[in-house]
Amino acid sequence: MENLAWLEITARILTQLIPVWIALVVTFIVSIKYKRSLGLYGKLFDSNVGMIGFAIVMFWAFTGVFAGAFDWIITHDPLSQVSGLKNKIPGTAMPGASEGDYPYYLLGGDNLARDVFSRVIAGSTKVILIAPLATLFAFMVGITLGLPAGYFGGRLDMVLSFLANLVLAFPVILLFYLLVTPEIRTTGFPQYMAVVLFAFPIIFATVLINSRYYLVPQKRNIMLGVTLFILFALYISLINEAGTKITIFNSIDLFDVDGGLLTVFVSVVFVNSPTVFRIVRGLAMDIKTRDYVAAAQTRGEGTWYIMLWEILPNARGPLIVDFCLRIGYTTILLGTLGFFGLGLAPEDPNWGATINEGRKLLSIYPHPALPPSFALLSLVLGLNLLADGLREESLKD
Amino acid sequence: MGLFIIKRLAVMIFTALCLTFIVFFLTNLYPNLEKLAKSEGNFRMSDAEVASYLGNNGYLQPLPVKYGQWLGVLPGYVIEGTDGNVRYGCAKGGKSTENLPKFCGILQGDWGLSSVFKDDVSIIIGIRLSLTGKLMMWVMILMVPSALVLGILAGMREGSRLDRSLSTFAIATTATPEYVSGVILITVFASKIGGLQWFKGSATQAMETATFENFFLPVLTIALYGMGYIARMTRASMAEVMTAQYIRTARLKGVTFTNIVVKHALRNALIAPFTVIMLQFPWLLNGVVIVETLFNYKGFGWTLVQAAGNNDIELLLGVSVVSVLVVLITQLISDIGYVYLNPRISVK
Repeated sequence: MENLAWLEITARILTQLIPVWIALVVTFIVSIKYKRSLGLYGKLFDSNVGMIGFAIVMFWAFTGVFAGAFDWIITHDPLSQVSGLKNKIPGTAMPGASEGDYPYYLLGGDNLARDVFSRVIAGSTKVILIAPLATLFAFMVGITLGLPAGYFGGRLDMVLSFLANLVLAFPVILLFYLLVTPEIRTTGFPQYMAVVLFAFPIIFATVLINSRYYLVPQKRNIMLGVTLFILFALYISLINEAGTKITIFNSIDLFDVDGGLLTVFVSVVFVNSPTVFRIVRGLAMDIKTRDYVAAAQTRGEGTWYIMLWEILPNARGPLIVDFCLRIGYTTILLGTLGFFGLGLAPEDPNWGATINEGRKLLSIYPHPALPPSFALLSLVLGLNLLADGLREESLKD
Repeated sequence: MGLFIIKRLAVMIFTALCLTFIVFFLTNLYPNLEKLAKSEGNFRMSDAEVASYLGNNGYLQPLPVKYGQWLGVLPGYVIEGTDGNVRYGCAKGGKSTENLPKFCGILQGDWGLSSVFKDDVSIIIGIRLSLTGKLMMWVMILMVPSALVLGILAGMREGSRLDRSLSTFAIATTATPEYVSGVILITVFASKIGGLQWFKGSATQAMETATFENFFLPVLTIALYGMGYIARMTRASMAEVMTAQYIRTARLKGVTFTNIVVKHALRNALIAPFTVIMLQFPWLLNGVVIVETLFNYKGFGWTLVQAAGNNDIELLLGVSVVSVLVVLITQLISDIGYVYLNPRISVK
């Protein structure tokens, strides 16, 4: 079979991504049609920058989900090696391709003869899964600690701020090198950190529900019971793993998370939460002087009710913007970890690791390193543009 | 002002102690020590042999004691080993046991020995730091003026086409981490495929003789990532100043636009970016580690990777101390500078 020319490669990649295009078009048509009734999300479609950013982000989101959940888009197994395709240029035909094999390496082969295109697509699944989730956890930690620090101030604020500054003064890479090593994993240290960090969503949910339905105990009990049951099951499954330091819950462990993945997740949350803490603290200090907070205080509302149901909703604008930016930053951090080969298995197709492998032969074969680079760049750029659009639209209120 | 600086210094020293203790704790976890024992002794040591090696060399003392010795506030250990030899903490690396100092920690200038490079940690760090200093100096020379110019041009007429395009450029650079921009720059400017080959893709030669050809790409890679952020801060601050009352007064008086920007707006607009530039140092440190690895420039960041990757505990501790100090000192300068520059803030 002939190798493909650039035009044909582009056409084939676009065909391969058809499910993503369909999903994108549907999302945009529906969103633009109902944008007046969709709040801040709908307003996003009034700004060009926001729409472009949203399109790029959703492109990767759909790609990641479709590739991860349905095995669409991917042409070859991202880990399998095909002899004769080592470092081959994009569009190389697969020698001896049998029925059912995709007959080309669309973006060429890497130095271990794996398909670059499939690896980039598989890498997007990882990022789409970890980056938003880790950012969400960081926000839970930051909000749960930042609100009281800003609201009460005083000694609590001093201690928490000092701790946050402590983490912030650490160069990130040094922290990663100290936390994300196989030796440290055997001591169970990341797991203990997970025990602490993952408890924050539970605390957050409990306080949130309790403060709201404090006066309707029956409703509160039901809601708290259901939420806590689900969260506890997840919590225990996350921190517990047979054969490691935390094994006391083996009987009720629902699923196992790969140790490397957990370590990466924990360290990314750990690095991000102090910054979120500072932002939330600043916002809380600003908002607590407003009249509606004084009104709530006069009504005799509980402090946690004021913090979570008066201050937090009014801080949502900057927080949503920062959330988008922070997902991008987390993506960069994950890439950094992959680039230095920390945490995940060496053959794992995350973008950072693929870039690192590709860069070693960069001056001769640039094609394995460039696709993941542009993938990462476009996703982070999309998130930044999205944040910019959101900021502009939320300021118009 | 004096009291303010003293207070800040005290907090800084306390922070430094906490941070180095955390690093000390993490590097001295038992699995790391076990690995060290096996690489110093031999890889087939049994668990009991590992334990006796570590015990003989003072690694199994309580953590605070070890930390105190390393810091130099507790006297170095004297341990009679299981093999009958007496070992002195201050005589590591084959120093004679005569006239031994009582204390030997980093406070006395004794930073220990690197197990990978087989040399004094202080010497290694000195050499590597000077190489990275050279890199950082050029990064600053390139980054700060161009970021400020970008930000001022974008911020002086908010919403104009110039503002839009410059802001998009700034966003694009902040969205490009060093390992991405480095790869792209090398492909375009240093590889056969890119066709240009203006620069070299490796900066190893730049350690001795830095030329434009072999040093520009690493400098540009680090500078680009930081540039966008500083430019955005400058833009925001400039845009805010340009809406201030006194600028309007100047305009109504008929001062030319160039004069307004240069003489009236600039000084106030540069207060915020100054702090941002100082606070960029921790991030630059990240960039340095990535770029030095990418371009094979054997400076401070490269040393960090080597020390961490090879479990070189003493070197890693030394590297951590230096980087933590760099971060904290820049924070201090940024705080003090902010107070100095901004007449609206007064410290009693």
